[in-house]
Amino acid sequence: MTAPVRTRWPAPVRPAVPLRRSTAPADLVLLLVGACFLLPLLWLVLGSLDPEAGHETKVPRQPGLQNFAAILTPELLLQPLWNSMVLSAGTGAVTLVAAVLAAYPLSRYRSRFNTPFLYAVLFGTCLPITAIMVPVYGLFVQLELLDSMPATIFFMATTTLPMAIWMTKNFMDGVPAALEEAAWVDGASRMTALRTIVLPLMRQGLGVVFIFVFIQAWGNFFVPFVLLLSEARQPAAVSIYSFFGQHGAVAYGQLAAFSVLYSLPVLALYVIVAKGAGGSFALSGAVRG
Amino acid sequence: MLLSHRARQLVRYLPVLPAVLLLLVFLAGPVLWAFQASLTNAGLTGRSARNPEWVGLENYQRLLADPAFPLSLVLTVLFVGGSAVLGQNLLGLAIAVLMRRARPAVSSLVGIAVVAAWVLPEIVAAFAAYAYFSRDGTLNQLLRGLGLGQTDWLYTFPMVAVMLANVWRGTAFSMLVYRAALNDVPAEVAEAAQMDGAGGWQRLVFITLPMIRGSIATNLMLITLQTLAVFTLIWVMTAGGPANASATLPILAYQEAFKFGDIGYGTAVATVLILIGAAFGGAYIRMLREPRP
Repeated sequence: MTAPVRTRWPAPVRPAVPLRRSTAPADLVLLLVGACFLLPLLWLVLGSLDPEAGHETKVPRQPGLQNFAAILTPELLLQPLWNSMVLSAGTGAVTLVAAVLAAYPLSRYRSRFNTPFLYAVLFGTCLPITAIMVPVYGLFVQLELLDSMPATIFFMATTTLPMAIWMTKNFMDGVPAALEEAAWVDGASRMTALRTIVLPLMRQGLGVVFIFVFIQAWGNFFVPFVLLLSEARQPAAVSIYSFFGQHGAVAYGQLAAFSVLYSLPVLALYVIVAKGAGGSFALSGAVRG
Repeated sequence: MLLSHRARQLVRYLPVLPAVLLLLVFLAGPVLWAFQASLTNAGLTGRSARNPEWVGLENYQRLLADPAFPLSLVLTVLFVGGSAVLGQNLLGLAIAVLMRRARPAVSSLVGIAVVAAWVLPEIVAAFAAYAYFSRDGTLNQLLRGLGLGQTDWLYTFPMVAVMLANVWRGTAFSMLVYRAALNDVPAEVAEAAQMDGAGGWQRLVFITLPMIRGSIATNLMLITLQTLAVFTLIWVMTAGGPANASATLPILAYQEAFKFGDIGYGTAVATVLILIGAAFGGAYIRMLREPRP
Protein backbone atom coordinates (compact mmCIF):
# COMPACT_ATOMS: atom_id res chain seq x y z
CA MET A 1 0.00 0.00 0.00
CA THR A 2 1.50 3.31 -0.98
CA ALA A 3 1.43 6.03 1.61
CA PRO A 4 -0.67 8.96 0.47
CA VAL A 5 1.71 11.49 -1.00
CA ARG A 6 1.87 14.51 1.22
CA THR A 7 2.18 17.55 -0.93
CA ARG A 8 1.39 21.04 0.13
CA TRP A 9 -2.25 21.48 -0.67
CA PRO A 10 -3.29 24.81 -2.11
CA ALA A 11 -5.40 26.75 0.30
CA PRO A 12 -8.99 25.53 -0.04
CA VAL A 13 -10.91 27.75 -2.40
CA ARG A 14 -14.20 26.94 -0.79
CA PRO A 15 -15.03 25.55 2.62
CA ALA A 16 -14.96 21.78 2.75
CA VAL A 17 -18.39 20.22 2.68
CA PRO A 18 -18.72 17.83 5.60
CA LEU A 19 -18.23 14.24 4.36
CA ARG A 20 -21.37 12.96 6.02
CA ARG A 21 -24.42 14.01 4.11
CA SER A 22 -28.00 12.98 4.68
CA THR A 23 -28.13 9.33 5.69
CA ALA A 24 -31.74 8.89 4.58
CA PRO A 25 -31.19 7.49 1.04
CA ALA A 26 -28.54 5.02 2.21
CA ASP A 27 -30.73 3.98 5.14
CA LEU A 28 -33.65 3.34 2.84
CA VAL A 29 -31.73 1.27 0.30
CA LEU A 30 -30.02 -0.74 3.01
CA LEU A 31 -33.25 -1.49 4.82
CA LEU A 32 -34.72 -2.70 1.56
CA VAL A 33 -31.73 -4.97 0.96
CA GLY A 34 -31.91 -6.23 4.54
CA ALA A 35 -35.60 -7.04 4.10
CA CYS A 36 -34.82 -9.03 0.96
CA PHE A 37 -32.25 -11.03 2.91
CA LEU A 38 -34.69 -11.75 5.72
CA LEU A 39 -37.61 -12.78 3.50
CA PRO A 40 -36.43 -16.34 2.82
CA LEU A 41 -35.98 -16.86 6.56
CA LEU A 42 -39.54 -15.82 7.28
CA TRP A 43 -40.91 -19.16 6.18
CA LEU A 44 -38.53 -20.98 8.49
CA VAL A 45 -39.64 -19.08 11.56
CA LEU A 46 -43.36 -18.91 10.81
CA GLY A 47 -43.49 -22.48 9.54
CA SER A 48 -41.87 -23.89 12.64
CA LEU A 49 -44.65 -22.38 14.74
CA ASP A 50 -47.45 -23.44 12.44
CA PRO A 51 -48.85 -26.95 12.83
CA GLU A 52 -50.44 -26.63 9.36
CA ALA A 53 -47.37 -25.24 7.60
CA GLY A 54 -46.91 -25.76 3.88
CA HIS A 55 -44.79 -24.09 1.24
CA GLU A 56 -46.44 -20.76 1.64
CA THR A 57 -45.37 -18.23 4.14
CA LYS A 58 -48.28 -17.29 6.32
CA VAL A 59 -48.89 -16.20 9.82
CA PRO A 60 -50.00 -19.34 11.65
CA ARG A 61 -53.70 -19.43 12.38
CA GLN A 62 -53.07 -21.22 15.62
CA PRO A 63 -49.42 -20.82 16.45
CA GLY A 64 -48.06 -23.47 18.72
CA LEU A 65 -45.11 -25.60 19.55
CA GLN A 66 -46.63 -28.85 18.23
CA ASN A 67 -43.97 -29.13 15.53
CA PHE A 68 -41.21 -28.94 18.09
CA ALA A 69 -43.02 -31.45 20.28
CA ALA A 70 -43.45 -33.83 17.35
CA ILE A 71 -39.76 -33.96 16.51
CA LEU A 72 -38.52 -34.07 20.06
CA THR A 73 -37.89 -37.81 20.03
CA PRO A 74 -34.61 -39.63 20.47
CA GLU A 75 -34.55 -41.04 16.91
CA LEU A 76 -35.69 -37.91 15.07
CA LEU A 77 -33.83 -35.20 16.89
CA LEU A 78 -31.56 -36.23 19.72
CA GLN A 79 -29.53 -38.96 18.04
CA PRO A 80 -28.78 -36.88 14.90
CA LEU A 81 -27.90 -33.84 16.99
CA TRP A 82 -25.64 -35.99 19.16
CA ASN A 83 -23.99 -37.36 16.00
CA SER A 84 -23.48 -33.82 14.73
CA MET A 85 -21.95 -32.96 18.07
CA VAL A 86 -19.54 -35.91 17.95
CA LEU A 87 -18.58 -35.20 14.35
CA SER A 88 -18.07 -31.48 14.85
CA ALA A 89 -16.27 -31.71 18.19
CA GLY A 90 -14.11 -34.56 16.87
CA THR A 91 -13.28 -32.61 13.73
CA GLY A 92 -12.51 -29.52 15.80
CA ALA A 93 -10.23 -31.46 18.15
CA VAL A 94 -8.30 -33.28 15.42
CA THR A 95 -7.92 -30.09 13.40
CA LEU A 96 -6.80 -28.06 16.38
CA VAL A 97 -4.16 -30.57 17.52
CA ALA A 98 -2.75 -31.03 14.03
CA ALA A 99 -2.87 -27.27 13.32
CA VAL A 100 -1.15 -26.30 16.59
CA LEU A 101 1.62 -28.85 16.09
CA ALA A 102 2.14 -27.79 12.48
CA ALA A 103 1.98 -24.08 13.25
CA TYR A 104 4.66 -24.20 15.95
CA PRO A 105 7.74 -24.89 13.79
CA LEU A 106 6.30 -22.72 11.02
CA SER A 107 5.92 -19.85 13.43
CA ARG A 108 9.13 -20.30 15.43
CA TYR A 109 11.84 -21.46 13.04
CA ARG A 110 13.11 -19.84 9.92
CA SER A 111 13.61 -22.24 7.07
CA ARG A 112 13.49 -22.36 3.32
CA PHE A 113 10.81 -24.95 3.87
CA ASN A 114 8.23 -22.62 5.49
CA THR A 115 7.03 -20.51 2.61
CA PRO A 116 6.56 -23.30 0.05
CA PHE A 117 4.83 -25.41 2.70
CA LEU A 118 2.45 -22.63 3.68
CA TYR A 119 1.61 -21.91 0.06
CA ALA A 120 1.09 -25.60 -0.64
CA VAL A 121 -1.28 -25.71 2.31
CA LEU A 122 -3.06 -22.62 1.08
CA PHE A 123 -3.39 -24.24 -2.30
CA GLY A 124 -5.17 -27.08 -0.49
CA THR A 125 -7.89 -24.67 0.64
CA CYS A 126 -8.50 -23.84 -3.01
CA LEU A 127 -9.43 -27.34 -4.14
CA PRO A 128 -13.19 -27.66 -4.53
CA ILE A 129 -14.06 -30.22 -1.86
CA THR A 130 -17.24 -31.25 -3.67
CA ALA A 131 -15.10 -32.39 -6.59
CA ILE A 132 -13.02 -34.51 -4.25
CA MET A 133 -16.05 -36.33 -2.82
CA VAL A 134 -16.31 -38.83 -5.66
CA PRO A 135 -12.64 -39.89 -5.38
CA VAL A 136 -12.85 -39.83 -1.57
CA TYR A 137 -15.79 -42.18 -1.76
CA GLY A 138 -13.72 -44.48 -3.95
CA LEU A 139 -10.84 -44.29 -1.50
CA PHE A 140 -13.10 -45.06 1.45
CA VAL A 141 -14.53 -48.08 -0.40
CA GLN A 142 -11.07 -49.46 -1.07
CA LEU A 143 -9.87 -48.89 2.49
CA GLU A 144 -13.21 -50.21 3.84
CA LEU A 145 -13.73 -47.01 5.79
CA LEU A 146 -17.26 -46.22 4.60
CA ASP A 147 -19.73 -45.53 7.39
CA SER A 148 -16.93 -45.02 9.89
CA MET A 149 -17.26 -42.03 12.21
CA PRO A 150 -13.52 -41.73 12.97
CA ALA A 151 -12.57 -41.87 9.29
CA THR A 152 -15.21 -39.25 8.45
CA ILE A 153 -13.90 -37.07 11.27
CA PHE A 154 -10.35 -37.35 9.96
CA PHE A 155 -11.45 -36.47 6.45
CA MET A 156 -13.49 -33.49 7.62
CA ALA A 157 -10.55 -32.37 9.77
CA THR A 158 -8.29 -32.50 6.73
CA THR A 159 -10.60 -30.31 4.69
CA THR A 160 -10.57 -27.60 7.37
CA LEU A 161 -6.90 -28.08 8.26
CA PRO A 162 -5.30 -25.74 5.68
CA MET A 163 -7.33 -22.77 6.83
CA ALA A 164 -6.79 -23.75 10.47
CA ILE A 165 -3.00 -23.94 10.05
CA TRP A 166 -2.95 -20.42 8.61
CA MET A 167 -5.15 -19.01 11.32
CA THR A 168 -3.23 -20.78 14.10
CA LYS A 169 0.11 -19.66 12.74
CA ASN A 170 -1.08 -16.06 12.59
CA PHE A 171 -2.27 -16.22 16.19
CA MET A 172 0.97 -17.91 17.27
CA ASP A 173 3.07 -15.25 15.55
CA GLY A 174 1.37 -12.84 17.92
CA VAL A 175 2.94 -14.51 20.97
CA PRO A 176 6.48 -13.15 21.40
CA ALA A 177 9.12 -15.89 21.29
CA ALA A 178 11.04 -14.17 24.08
CA LEU A 179 8.59 -15.60 26.56
CA GLU A 180 9.55 -19.16 25.71
CA GLU A 181 13.25 -18.47 25.83
CA ALA A 182 13.08 -18.15 29.61
CA ALA A 183 11.52 -21.60 29.77
CA TRP A 184 14.20 -23.07 27.52
CA VAL A 185 16.87 -21.64 29.80
CA ASP A 186 15.15 -23.46 32.66
CA GLY A 187 15.53 -26.66 30.67
CA ALA A 188 12.01 -27.06 29.33
CA SER A 189 11.69 -28.77 25.97
CA ARG A 190 10.15 -27.01 23.00
CA MET A 191 6.94 -28.96 23.34
CA THR A 192 6.70 -28.19 27.07
CA ALA A 193 7.19 -24.51 26.30
CA LEU A 194 4.48 -24.72 23.66
CA ARG A 195 2.07 -26.37 26.07
CA THR A 196 2.74 -24.31 29.17
CA ILE A 197 3.54 -20.91 27.73
CA VAL A 198 2.42 -20.40 24.15
CA LEU A 199 -0.94 -22.16 24.13
CA PRO A 200 -2.31 -20.48 27.28
CA LEU A 201 -1.40 -17.10 25.80
CA MET A 202 -3.26 -17.80 22.57
CA ARG A 203 -6.30 -19.32 24.24
CA GLN A 204 -8.65 -16.92 22.56
CA GLY A 205 -7.21 -17.55 19.13
CA LEU A 206 -7.46 -21.28 19.64
CA GLY A 207 -11.08 -20.81 20.63
CA VAL A 208 -11.72 -18.95 17.42
CA VAL A 209 -10.11 -21.68 15.33
CA PHE A 210 -12.02 -24.42 17.14
CA ILE A 211 -15.38 -22.69 16.80
CA PHE A 212 -14.66 -21.83 13.18
CA VAL A 213 -14.00 -25.50 12.40
CA PHE A 214 -16.91 -26.63 14.57
CA ILE A 215 -19.35 -24.37 12.70
CA GLN A 216 -18.13 -25.65 9.35
CA ALA A 217 -18.40 -29.27 10.40
CA TRP A 218 -21.81 -28.76 12.00
CA GLY A 219 -23.18 -27.30 8.80
CA ASN A 220 -21.51 -29.77 6.47
CA PHE A 221 -24.05 -31.82 4.55
CA PHE A 222 -22.26 -33.30 1.57
CA VAL A 223 -19.40 -35.11 3.33
CA PRO A 224 -21.47 -37.14 5.82
CA PHE A 225 -24.14 -37.57 3.15
CA VAL A 226 -21.63 -39.45 1.01
CA LEU A 227 -19.50 -41.14 3.66
CA LEU A 228 -21.94 -42.16 6.40
CA LEU A 229 -24.52 -44.70 5.35
CA SER A 230 -26.33 -46.02 8.39
CA GLU A 231 -29.07 -43.93 9.89
CA ALA A 232 -27.71 -44.40 13.40
CA ARG A 233 -24.55 -42.46 12.53
CA GLN A 234 -25.97 -39.67 10.42
CA PRO A 235 -25.66 -36.13 11.73
CA ALA A 236 -28.59 -33.71 11.74
CA ALA A 237 -27.61 -32.23 8.37
CA VAL A 238 -28.23 -35.59 6.70
CA SER A 239 -31.15 -36.83 8.79
CA ILE A 240 -32.99 -33.57 8.14
CA TYR A 241 -32.57 -34.24 4.45
CA SER A 242 -34.12 -37.69 4.60
CA PHE A 243 -36.85 -36.06 6.66
CA PHE A 244 -37.47 -33.88 3.66
CA GLY A 245 -37.23 -36.55 1.02
CA GLN A 246 -38.28 -39.92 2.31
CA HIS A 247 -41.24 -39.59 4.60
CA GLY A 248 -43.69 -39.19 1.74
CA ALA A 249 -45.61 -35.97 2.19
CA VAL A 250 -43.20 -33.50 3.66
CA ALA A 251 -44.15 -32.33 7.13
CA TYR A 252 -43.08 -28.76 6.43
CA GLY A 253 -43.78 -27.50 9.92
CA GLN A 254 -41.61 -30.19 11.47
CA LEU A 255 -38.91 -29.62 8.89
CA ALA A 256 -38.86 -25.94 9.79
CA ALA A 257 -38.85 -26.69 13.51
CA PHE A 258 -35.97 -29.13 13.10
CA SER A 259 -34.08 -26.55 11.02
CA VAL A 260 -34.47 -23.96 13.73
CA LEU A 261 -33.24 -26.26 16.50
CA TYR A 262 -30.36 -27.48 14.36
CA SER A 263 -29.29 -23.93 13.46
CA LEU A 264 -29.37 -22.46 16.96
CA PRO A 265 -26.01 -23.83 18.18
CA VAL A 266 -24.04 -22.39 15.26
CA LEU A 267 -25.83 -19.07 15.47
CA ALA A 268 -24.88 -18.90 19.15
CA LEU A 269 -21.28 -19.89 18.45
CA TYR A 270 -21.03 -17.33 15.66
CA VAL A 271 -22.19 -14.59 18.00
CA ILE A 272 -19.54 -15.60 20.54
CA VAL A 273 -16.74 -15.50 17.97
CA ALA A 274 -17.98 -12.39 16.19
CA LYS A 275 -17.99 -10.53 19.51
CA GLY A 276 -14.51 -11.72 20.37
CA ALA A 277 -12.98 -10.96 17.00
CA GLY A 278 -14.71 -7.78 15.97
CA GLY A 279 -17.16 -9.40 13.62
CA SER A 280 -14.67 -10.43 11.01
CA PHE A 281 -13.22 -13.67 12.28
CA ALA A 282 -13.53 -15.29 8.89
CA LEU A 283 -11.17 -12.70 7.55
CA SER A 284 -8.24 -13.61 9.73
CA GLY A 285 -5.86 -16.25 8.53
CA ALA A 286 -5.59 -17.15 4.91
CA VAL A 287 -8.27 -14.84 3.63
CA ARG A 288 -6.07 -11.86 4.28
CA GLY A 289 -3.14 -13.63 2.68
CA MET B 1 26.61 -31.16 19.00
CA LEU B 2 25.26 -34.64 18.54
CA LEU B 3 23.12 -34.17 15.51
CA SER B 4 24.05 -32.64 12.23
CA HIS B 5 22.37 -29.40 11.31
CA ARG B 6 20.16 -31.17 8.83
CA ALA B 7 19.02 -33.81 11.28
CA ARG B 8 18.31 -31.19 13.92
CA GLN B 9 16.17 -29.31 11.47
CA LEU B 10 14.25 -32.46 10.64
CA VAL B 11 13.58 -33.12 14.32
CA ARG B 12 12.36 -29.58 14.78
CA TYR B 13 9.88 -30.04 12.00
CA LEU B 14 8.56 -33.33 13.35
CA PRO B 15 5.37 -31.73 14.76
CA VAL B 16 4.31 -30.88 11.23
CA LEU B 17 4.00 -34.59 10.52
CA PRO B 18 0.39 -35.26 11.65
CA ALA B 19 -0.89 -32.40 9.49
CA VAL B 20 1.19 -33.51 6.53
CA LEU B 21 -0.02 -37.10 6.89
CA LEU B 22 -3.65 -36.03 7.03
CA LEU B 23 -3.23 -33.79 4.01
CA LEU B 24 -1.47 -36.48 2.04
CA VAL B 25 -3.91 -39.27 2.86
CA PHE B 26 -7.18 -37.38 2.67
CA LEU B 27 -6.48 -34.57 0.21
CA ALA B 28 -3.54 -35.33 -2.07
CA GLY B 29 -4.42 -39.03 -2.11
CA PRO B 30 -7.97 -38.58 -3.41
CA VAL B 31 -6.81 -36.04 -6.00
CA LEU B 32 -4.22 -38.44 -7.37
CA TRP B 33 -6.70 -41.30 -7.12
CA ALA B 34 -9.14 -39.19 -9.14
CA PHE B 35 -6.68 -38.82 -12.00
CA GLN B 36 -6.10 -42.55 -11.99
CA ALA B 37 -9.75 -43.63 -11.54
CA SER B 38 -10.89 -41.33 -14.33
CA LEU B 39 -8.88 -43.55 -16.66
CA THR B 40 -10.74 -46.70 -15.61
CA ASN B 41 -14.29 -48.01 -15.87
CA ALA B 42 -14.63 -48.23 -12.07
CA GLY B 43 -18.26 -48.73 -11.06
CA LEU B 44 -20.20 -48.42 -7.85
CA THR B 45 -21.35 -52.03 -7.84
CA GLY B 46 -20.77 -55.26 -9.72
CA ARG B 47 -17.67 -56.57 -11.44
CA SER B 48 -16.28 -53.18 -12.39
CA ALA B 49 -16.33 -52.12 -8.73
CA ARG B 50 -13.91 -54.86 -7.68
CA ASN B 51 -11.70 -55.03 -10.72
CA PRO B 52 -11.85 -51.78 -12.61
CA GLU B 53 -10.30 -52.00 -16.06
CA TRP B 54 -7.97 -49.48 -17.58
CA VAL B 55 -9.81 -47.65 -20.34
CA GLY B 56 -7.38 -44.85 -21.06
CA LEU B 57 -8.94 -41.60 -22.15
CA GLU B 58 -12.29 -43.21 -22.96
CA ASN B 59 -14.11 -41.38 -20.16
CA TYR B 60 -12.80 -38.06 -21.40
CA GLN B 61 -13.81 -38.87 -24.97
CA ARG B 62 -17.27 -39.70 -23.65
CA LEU B 63 -17.30 -36.40 -21.76
CA LEU B 64 -16.67 -34.44 -24.91
CA ALA B 65 -19.34 -36.36 -26.79
CA ASP B 66 -21.88 -36.18 -23.97
CA PRO B 67 -24.14 -33.13 -24.45
CA ALA B 68 -24.60 -32.95 -20.67
CA PHE B 69 -20.94 -32.02 -20.15
CA PRO B 70 -20.58 -28.84 -22.24
CA LEU B 71 -23.97 -27.75 -20.89
CA SER B 72 -22.71 -28.36 -17.38
CA LEU B 73 -19.55 -26.40 -18.07
CA VAL B 74 -21.58 -23.46 -19.39
CA LEU B 75 -23.93 -23.64 -16.40
CA THR B 76 -20.96 -23.65 -14.02
CA VAL B 77 -19.47 -20.57 -15.68
CA LEU B 78 -22.88 -18.90 -15.59
CA PHE B 79 -23.37 -19.81 -11.94
CA VAL B 80 -19.94 -18.59 -10.85
CA GLY B 81 -19.89 -15.51 -13.07
CA GLY B 82 -23.47 -14.48 -12.36
CA SER B 83 -23.90 -15.28 -8.70
CA ALA B 84 -20.36 -14.80 -7.38
CA VAL B 85 -18.36 -12.41 -9.56
CA LEU B 86 -21.32 -10.16 -10.36
CA GLY B 87 -23.91 -10.91 -7.69
CA GLN B 88 -22.10 -11.45 -4.41
CA ASN B 89 -19.17 -9.24 -5.27
CA LEU B 90 -21.06 -6.15 -6.46
CA LEU B 91 -23.87 -6.45 -3.94
CA GLY B 92 -21.36 -6.99 -1.13
CA LEU B 93 -19.42 -3.91 -2.22
CA ALA B 94 -22.60 -1.85 -2.55
CA ILE B 95 -23.77 -2.85 0.91
CA ALA B 96 -20.36 -2.09 2.42
CA VAL B 97 -20.25 1.36 0.76
CA LEU B 98 -23.81 2.18 1.79
CA MET B 99 -23.12 1.09 5.35
CA ARG B 100 -20.61 3.91 5.72
CA ARG B 101 -23.23 6.43 4.72
CA ALA B 102 -26.10 5.02 6.73
CA ARG B 103 -27.00 5.42 10.36
CA PRO B 104 -24.97 3.00 12.51
CA ALA B 105 -28.10 1.32 13.86
CA VAL B 106 -29.40 0.66 10.36
CA SER B 107 -26.10 -0.64 9.11
CA SER B 108 -25.61 -3.09 11.97
CA LEU B 109 -29.20 -4.29 11.66
CA VAL B 110 -28.81 -4.93 7.95
CA GLY B 111 -25.42 -6.51 8.61
CA ILE B 112 -27.10 -9.07 10.85
CA ALA B 113 -29.73 -9.86 8.22
CA VAL B 114 -27.08 -10.41 5.55
CA VAL B 115 -24.80 -12.45 7.79
CA ALA B 116 -27.70 -14.63 9.03
CA ALA B 117 -28.12 -16.22 5.61
CA TRP B 118 -24.42 -16.97 5.56
CA VAL B 119 -24.05 -18.43 9.04
CA LEU B 120 -26.98 -20.82 8.79
CA PRO B 121 -26.06 -24.45 8.06
CA GLU B 122 -26.08 -24.86 4.30
CA ILE B 123 -28.84 -27.45 4.28
CA VAL B 124 -31.13 -25.14 6.23
CA ALA B 125 -30.32 -22.25 3.89
CA ALA B 126 -31.07 -24.58 0.99
CA PHE B 127 -34.47 -25.56 2.43
CA ALA B 128 -35.31 -21.91 3.04
CA ALA B 129 -34.33 -21.03 -0.53
CA TYR B 130 -36.33 -23.98 -1.84
CA ALA B 131 -39.43 -22.88 0.05
CA TYR B 132 -38.88 -19.28 -1.02
CA PHE B 133 -38.78 -20.08 -4.75
CA SER B 134 -41.31 -22.91 -4.79
CA ARG B 135 -44.63 -22.51 -6.58
CA ASP B 136 -46.58 -21.40 -3.52
CA GLY B 137 -43.50 -19.87 -1.96
CA THR B 138 -42.85 -16.47 -0.51
CA LEU B 139 -41.57 -14.97 -3.76
CA ASN B 140 -44.70 -15.86 -5.70
CA GLN B 141 -46.84 -14.70 -2.81
CA LEU B 142 -45.08 -11.34 -2.97
CA LEU B 143 -45.47 -11.13 -6.74
CA ARG B 144 -49.14 -11.95 -6.38
CA GLY B 145 -49.46 -9.22 -3.78
CA LEU B 146 -47.93 -6.77 -6.24
CA GLY B 147 -50.33 -7.94 -8.93
CA LEU B 148 -47.59 -9.50 -11.04
CA GLY B 149 -47.54 -12.81 -12.84
CA GLN B 150 -46.01 -15.80 -11.11
CA THR B 151 -43.82 -18.54 -12.43
CA ASP B 152 -42.73 -21.87 -11.14
CA TRP B 153 -39.20 -20.64 -10.60
CA LEU B 154 -37.60 -23.99 -9.87
CA TYR B 155 -38.92 -25.50 -13.12
CA THR B 156 -39.04 -22.60 -15.53
CA PHE B 157 -35.98 -20.66 -14.41
CA PRO B 158 -33.96 -23.07 -12.28
CA MET B 159 -30.66 -21.27 -12.92
CA VAL B 160 -32.10 -17.90 -12.00
CA ALA B 161 -33.44 -19.39 -8.77
CA VAL B 162 -30.20 -21.09 -7.71
CA MET B 163 -28.12 -18.04 -8.66
CA LEU B 164 -30.30 -15.70 -6.63
CA ALA B 165 -30.19 -18.17 -3.77
CA ASN B 166 -26.39 -18.23 -3.93
CA VAL B 167 -26.25 -14.43 -3.92
CA TRP B 168 -28.48 -14.47 -0.86
CA ARG B 169 -26.35 -17.08 0.84
CA GLY B 170 -22.89 -15.77 -0.01
CA THR B 171 -22.99 -11.98 -0.16
CA ALA B 172 -22.12 -11.69 3.53
CA PHE B 173 -18.57 -12.81 2.85
CA SER B 174 -17.91 -10.09 0.27
CA MET B 175 -19.63 -7.57 2.49
CA LEU B 176 -17.32 -8.42 5.40
CA VAL B 177 -14.22 -8.30 3.20
CA TYR B 178 -15.17 -4.91 1.78
CA ARG B 179 -16.18 -3.47 5.12
CA ALA B 180 -12.77 -4.36 6.51
CA ALA B 181 -11.05 -2.99 3.39
CA LEU B 182 -12.97 0.30 3.41
CA ASN B 183 -12.20 0.78 7.09
CA ASP B 184 -8.51 0.64 6.20
CA VAL B 185 -8.76 3.46 3.67
CA PRO B 186 -7.45 6.57 5.41
CA ALA B 187 -10.11 9.23 5.73
CA GLU B 188 -7.73 12.05 4.72
CA VAL B 189 -7.50 10.68 1.20
CA ALA B 190 -11.23 10.93 0.64
CA GLU B 191 -11.30 14.34 2.26
CA ALA B 192 -8.51 15.58 0.06
CA ALA B 193 -10.29 14.35 -3.05
CA GLN B 194 -13.44 16.02 -1.91
CA MET B 195 -11.66 19.31 -1.48
CA ASP B 196 -10.50 18.94 -5.04
CA GLY B 197 -14.14 18.76 -5.99
CA ALA B 198 -14.58 15.02 -6.55
CA GLY B 199 -18.16 13.83 -6.14
CA GLY B 200 -19.20 10.65 -4.34
CA TRP B 201 -19.04 8.44 -7.42
CA GLN B 202 -15.75 9.89 -8.58
CA ARG B 203 -14.22 9.32 -5.15
CA LEU B 204 -15.42 5.73 -5.17
CA VAL B 205 -14.22 4.94 -8.69
CA PHE B 206 -10.94 6.87 -8.78
CA ILE B 207 -9.80 6.83 -5.16
CA THR B 208 -11.43 4.15 -3.04
CA LEU B 209 -11.63 1.24 -5.48
CA PRO B 210 -8.00 1.52 -6.63
CA MET B 211 -6.91 1.63 -2.99
CA ILE B 212 -8.73 -1.58 -2.10
CA ARG B 213 -7.89 -3.45 -5.30
CA GLY B 214 -5.92 -6.05 -3.33
CA SER B 215 -9.04 -6.92 -1.35
CA ILE B 216 -11.12 -6.94 -4.51
CA ALA B 217 -8.82 -9.47 -6.14
CA THR B 218 -8.66 -11.67 -3.04
CA ASN B 219 -12.42 -11.56 -2.63
CA LEU B 220 -13.07 -12.40 -6.28
CA MET B 221 -10.72 -15.36 -6.14
CA LEU B 222 -12.16 -16.78 -2.93
CA ILE B 223 -15.81 -16.43 -3.87
CA THR B 224 -15.07 -17.95 -7.27
CA LEU B 225 -13.55 -20.99 -5.59
CA GLN B 226 -16.37 -21.25 -3.07
CA THR B 227 -19.08 -20.97 -5.70
CA LEU B 228 -17.35 -23.44 -7.97
CA ALA B 229 -17.84 -26.04 -5.23
CA VAL B 230 -21.48 -25.29 -4.34
CA PHE B 231 -23.43 -28.54 -4.19
CA THR B 232 -26.01 -28.63 -1.41
CA LEU B 233 -27.86 -25.48 -2.40
CA ILE B 234 -28.47 -26.67 -5.96
CA TRP B 235 -29.03 -30.28 -4.95
CA VAL B 236 -31.83 -29.40 -2.53
CA MET B 237 -33.44 -26.75 -4.71
CA THR B 238 -33.50 -28.48 -8.10
CA ALA B 239 -31.30 -31.61 -7.89
CA GLY B 240 -29.76 -30.35 -11.13
CA GLY B 241 -33.06 -30.50 -12.94
CA PRO B 242 -35.28 -30.27 -14.72
CA ALA B 243 -33.36 -32.47 -17.18
CA ASN B 244 -29.87 -31.17 -16.31
CA ALA B 245 -30.99 -27.56 -16.71
CA SER B 246 -29.18 -26.63 -13.50
CA ALA B 247 -26.61 -29.43 -13.27
CA THR B 248 -23.33 -27.62 -12.61
CA LEU B 249 -20.13 -29.70 -12.54
CA PRO B 250 -20.37 -30.83 -8.88
CA ILE B 251 -23.95 -31.99 -9.45
CA LEU B 252 -23.04 -33.76 -12.70
CA ALA B 253 -20.09 -35.53 -11.07
CA TYR B 254 -22.30 -36.66 -8.20
CA GLN B 255 -25.06 -37.88 -10.51
CA GLU B 256 -22.75 -39.83 -12.78
CA ALA B 257 -20.87 -41.44 -9.91
CA PHE B 258 -23.63 -42.18 -7.44
CA LYS B 259 -26.94 -42.10 -9.28
CA PHE B 260 -25.73 -43.95 -12.35
CA GLY B 261 -23.01 -45.83 -10.48
CA ASP B 262 -20.29 -44.89 -12.96
CA ILE B 263 -17.42 -43.92 -10.69
CA GLY B 264 -14.91 -43.77 -13.54
CA TYR B 265 -17.00 -41.34 -15.56
CA GLY B 266 -18.00 -39.35 -12.48
CA THR B 267 -14.36 -38.98 -11.48
CA ALA B 268 -13.54 -37.71 -14.96
CA VAL B 269 -16.05 -34.90 -14.40
CA ALA B 270 -14.63 -34.34 -10.92
CA THR B 271 -11.11 -34.23 -12.35
CA VAL B 272 -12.11 -31.44 -14.72
CA LEU B 273 -13.54 -29.53 -11.75
CA ILE B 274 -10.38 -30.15 -9.70
CA LEU B 275 -8.27 -28.83 -12.56
CA ILE B 276 -10.39 -25.69 -12.83
CA GLY B 277 -10.13 -25.21 -9.07
CA ALA B 278 -6.38 -25.81 -9.19
CA ALA B 279 -5.96 -23.23 -11.96
CA PHE B 280 -7.80 -20.60 -9.91
CA GLY B 281 -5.95 -21.69 -6.77
CA GLY B 282 -2.60 -21.35 -8.52
CA ALA B 283 -3.55 -17.89 -9.77
CA TYR B 284 -4.59 -16.93 -6.24
CA ILE B 285 -1.27 -18.05 -4.74
CA ARG B 286 0.64 -16.13 -7.43
CA MET B 287 -1.40 -13.08 -6.69
CA LEU B 288 -0.61 -13.29 -2.97
CA ARG B 289 3.08 -13.87 -3.56
CA GLU B 290 3.50 -10.80 -5.68
CA PRO B 291 4.34 -7.94 -3.39
CA ARG B 292 1.36 -5.67 -3.23
CA PRO B 293 2.10 -2.33 -4.86
